[in-house]
Amino acid sequence: MSQLLEIKGLTAGIEGKTLLHGIDLTVGAGETHVLMGPNGAGKSTLGSVIMGSPEYAVSGGSILFKGEDITDESADKRAKRGIFLSFQDPVEIAGVSLSEFLRNALEQLTGKHTKLWDHKKKLKQCMEILGMDSAYADRDLNVGFSGGEKKKAEILQLLVLEPQLAILDETDSGLDVDAVKTVSAGIEEYKRRTGGSLIVITHNTRILDALKVDKTHILAAGKTVAEGGAELAGDVIEHGFERYINGGK
Amino acid sequence: MSEEKTKVADIDRSLYDFRYEEDERDFLGSGITADIIGALSDEKGDTDWMREFRLRSLEIYRRMPMVNWGPSIEGLDVDNIVTYIRTKSRMNSDWNDVPADIKDTFEKLGIPQAERESLAGVGAQYDSELVYHNVRKEVAESGVVYTDLESAMHDERYAELIRSHFMKLVPPTDHKFAALHGAVWSGGSFVYVPAGVKTEIPLQSYFRLNARGAGQFEHTLIILEENSSLHFIEGCSAPKYYEAGLHAGCVELYVGRNASLRYSTIENWSKNMYNLNTKRALVEEGGKIEWVSGSFGSHVSYLYPMSILNGRGARAEFTGITFAGEGQELDTGAKIVHNAPDTSSYINTKSISKDGGISTFRSAVTVNEKAVGSKSSVSCESLMLDSISRSDTIPVMDIRTDKADVGHEAKIGRISDDTVFYLMSRGLSEEDAKAMIVRGFADNVSKELPLEYAVEMNNLIGLEMKGSIG
Repeated sequence: MSQLLEIKGLTAGIEGKTLLHGIDLTVGAGETHVLMGPNGAGKSTLGSVIMGSPEYAVSGGSILFKGEDITDESADKRAKRGIFLSFQDPVEIAGVSLSEFLRNALEQLTGKHTKLWDHKKKLKQCMEILGMDSAYADRDLNVGFSGGEKKKAEILQLLVLEPQLAILDETDSGLDVDAVKTVSAGIEEYKRRTGGSLIVITHNTRILDALKVDKTHILAAGKTVAEGGAELAGDVIEHGFERYINGGK
Repeated sequence: MSEEKTKVADIDRSLYDFRYEEDERDFLGSGITADIIGALSDEKGDTDWMREFRLRSLEIYRRMPMVNWGPSIEGLDVDNIVTYIRTKSRMNSDWNDVPADIKDTFEKLGIPQAERESLAGVGAQYDSELVYHNVRKEVAESGVVYTDLESAMHDERYAELIRSHFMKLVPPTDHKFAALHGAVWSGGSFVYVPAGVKTEIPLQSYFRLNARGAGQFEHTLIILEENSSLHFIEGCSAPKYYEAGLHAGCVELYVGRNASLRYSTIENWSKNMYNLNTKRALVEEGGKIEWVSGSFGSHVSYLYPMSILNGRGARAEFTGITFAGEGQELDTGAKIVHNAPDTSSYINTKSISKDGGISTFRSAVTVNEKAVGSKSSVSCESLMLDSISRSDTIPVMDIRTDKADVGHEAKIGRISDDTVFYLMSRGLSEEDAKAMIVRGFADNVSKELPLEYAVEMNNLIGLEMKGSIG
């Protein structure tokens, strides 16, 4: 069985401070993985490093995507290979509409010209799934969006860009119950349409309700301290991280 | 990505940097003397007053000190700049009559296409003379006069009107280069819009320099009568040269009562040009002037379009963008004089600097004693793309009444790494990501431009951003 993502002994940090200490993580095609851990465990760092953030320096180990080493590749090249990151705190870009941005991104990813009409149609249809007002398509990217709207816009991008591997960094945090449901429905739709793989970074299981989780990884202080199936995520929500951090594996 | 790492100076400007060989005998010679001015007057068949005006301007030019308060213009040797070059053709109103090499130049710049699509007329200046000129019938039929200034001056219908307005707003005594302009001006447009005529289609003039060391001193004179309206578009692009080039044009706009004029410009002079251009508008009661100004080219620019709000309720809006790259020092901004009650002005500018470019924003807002109840708002935003580039803001306000509402806001920023990473994670290269951010930054200006100009400005930004990663 071919592996989509293989991370081996990944060590990375920022300005001389090591944040990830030898992480191993393997994600197969179509699998859904959950990444949990206390604040500061390195979950978001891992997500950013997989995406190729220049903020972090990799000092050891490797990242393979579909068998190819992408450890030193820039983020745009990784995106073109099919990796996507839903940001915890998406940036605002004035003067660039959501629609225009997505069309541009889609053309970069596929290397093909996207007809404006087709793009608008697809965008509108995806926005309906997420219960987004179609007026958002013409608004400046994330500018003046509420926290919830920004998260929905991230999932909208997921639906339009259709990556093979999506890392969702706390997409559910700060959302009310209904918004979590809507976002979950969007993620479910992504899975249904593309059969893509997911790495879900989260603090609660509500977002996972609609997904079939294959594996759970618990991170603490930049190390993997526990791994298990779907039940592990539920166990953590109920009992906390304490026993995994102190008891080790 | 390595093949993208070219210096800005080496970017492919082939679309804009092309020229054709000039015939040597077309040159009148370097340097400016009374003899040269006299020869110019002979050539143009100047009337006596214009002949005297040129000579008087030359005297003023000689007396006036060199400009010394802004970017250095030491590299500029006015005497070595050929002040006048005849093109090989005379006025044309039929595209088929335009000489092939000139036509080719314009075709590369998209002029005839632009005209075909939506523009009312083209008054394109090739070197110092108009070679192609055409106004669509409906514009002419409405009584609008759109012609070249030189022939209009010899037309008895307009001669007196031009004489009473020419360099009255910008007198030769204004500054040294205004005096130079008065002495050697050549070519340019004349537009007259009669009372009550609303011109729906924009009028366009697109001019450029084409000869080594050539100076361009075109004069634009636009007069709008009561309750009329017009959109005039001026675009410039010049081929690249190794000798310093000079542009000292002059624009005079008279906006009558309740009339409305929009004056849009995209300037893309090649990067060895000195652009010392003077633009001024006089706005009567209830009238409105809107400036849209994009400055991309030139080595050094001094450009501060001025609006004099002379009647009650007169308004001025200035929207500008300046992009300074390697080796460029662009000193731009706007001036407003509130000279009557209840006048209002709004200045909104964006400036971008990269690769050591220097972009300076200057504004001067004067509110006189009688301008009670007036409002002025000045906002400028600067974006620096690297740590070696510079951006300065010099807003000056002279408020002589306490019954005015005046505000100023300035922001200076850099492109954040987070934003670039975000866009790259969606598949955009670093260069494309930065270009997208810059385009977004410039968006409120491009929105003000007609479509084909907005497209050209976006292309220029893309061109300027190429090779910015190093």
